[in-house]
Amino acid sequence: MKAFLFILLTAILTQNFILCKFLGICPFLGVSKKLNTAVGMSAAVIFVMVLATAVTYPINTLLEKNDLAYLQTIVFILVIAALVQLVEIVLKKYIPSLYSALGIYLPLITTNCAVLGVVLLNVDNGYNFVQSLTNSFGAGVGFLLAMVMFAGVRERMESCDIPKFMQGLPITLVAASLTAVSFLGFTGLVEGIFPGVTI
Amino acid sequence: MAEKKPLIKELTKGFLAENPVLRLVLGTCPTLAVSTSVTNAIGMGISASAVLICSNIAISALRKIIPSKVRIPAYIVVIASFVTIVQMIVKAFAPALNESLGVYLPLIVVNCIILGRAEAFAGKNKVLASAVDGLGMGIGFTAALLAMAIVRELLGAGSFAGHAIPLLSQNPMTIFILPPGGFFVFGILMACANKIAEGRGKPKAELHGCESCPMAASCKLIQTDSAENVKEATVE
Repeated sequence: MKAFLFILLTAILTQNFILCKFLGICPFLGVSKKLNTAVGMSAAVIFVMVLATAVTYPINTLLEKNDLAYLQTIVFILVIAALVQLVEIVLKKYIPSLYSALGIYLPLITTNCAVLGVVLLNVDNGYNFVQSLTNSFGAGVGFLLAMVMFAGVRERMESCDIPKFMQGLPITLVAASLTAVSFLGFTGLVEGIFPGVTI
Repeated sequence: MAEKKPLIKELTKGFLAENPVLRLVLGTCPTLAVSTSVTNAIGMGISASAVLICSNIAISALRKIIPSKVRIPAYIVVIASFVTIVQMIVKAFAPALNESLGVYLPLIVVNCIILGRAEAFAGKNKVLASAVDGLGMGIGFTAALLAMAIVRELLGAGSFAGHAIPLLSQNPMTIFILPPGGFFVFGILMACANKIAEGRGKPKAELHGCESCPMAASCKLIQTDSAENVKEATVE
């Protein structure tokens, strides 16, 4: 149990995907202008991340058994792309309410480095199936947390008087930098709560 | 894209006018993540450039065979194959680099610069022009990465490519090699690029939601209004 909380909290706070690992910066800068789109995008990311992990884990086991581990990158990206398409079709047909909420964000996620990143990191860290799922879920929640926080910051920036050459992306990046500082405060937190836990 | 442009222009546009990182705002993830040291930046720059040139050549050569409906998956397969090759080469000849780039090396697959160039240029142009475009964009990417890495390593670690600089290394500002420093240096660098572009009468770099994403053209979210933007951007 402790190990799962350890993985979960690490993925959400100390190793936050956006603010510490720089994965998924494009949606972070692009879709975080409004709170509701930020939440929708993050929900779709959590959904796809967990699903992609559940699907790629057995595939990876199969690849490693057959000494084909070098095919990981190419197989994972194709599986994720196919999976996203499949999910889109299934949702459209059977759960239209969920589709209308997440549908428009799904195609954007296919080539999102956060999804491929979490799958590859699970393999690199040597997590088992349940640990991989926990890590993916945590990474997704961390994504949500950073997106929601940053959407709040950006909504306030709208009314600020910013020097002309800093307007737009530069000031957004500086604001992201300050948001990232707040996440630095979590350094060592998880290790402090669960001393001696190692995966 | 039918008009003839001198090859040298295809090469140099990637350096400044259409610098992929600072002007087109593509490939931000690797730019922020691996610019903590000059060595990493050069390693990442060369790896991504190699993939970019090879995939541009292959996609341009295959552009008449690939049906336009399945072009994005086809591009991804081509890119992923070259990334796997580069990954194997780096693992074999530069294991230390492989260690420090870690997961960001296979993640070149989803680097928007490569898919973006395939979509915007290689899929529509001749092989030689595409190769030159890939080289130019690769150099532009490496240059932007290097600029960030030099600032971050000098201030954050007080060293240059691993060699300590006498005065700076006594009290380095570690925050610059931590994540917040990455965002900050990138923001300031982009502000400088905007200032220069403004002086030349060019519009400033802007990320409009998903328009700048290479998937935009095939993604239905903004299909109607951004198809024209994408066309405009590529004609330029």
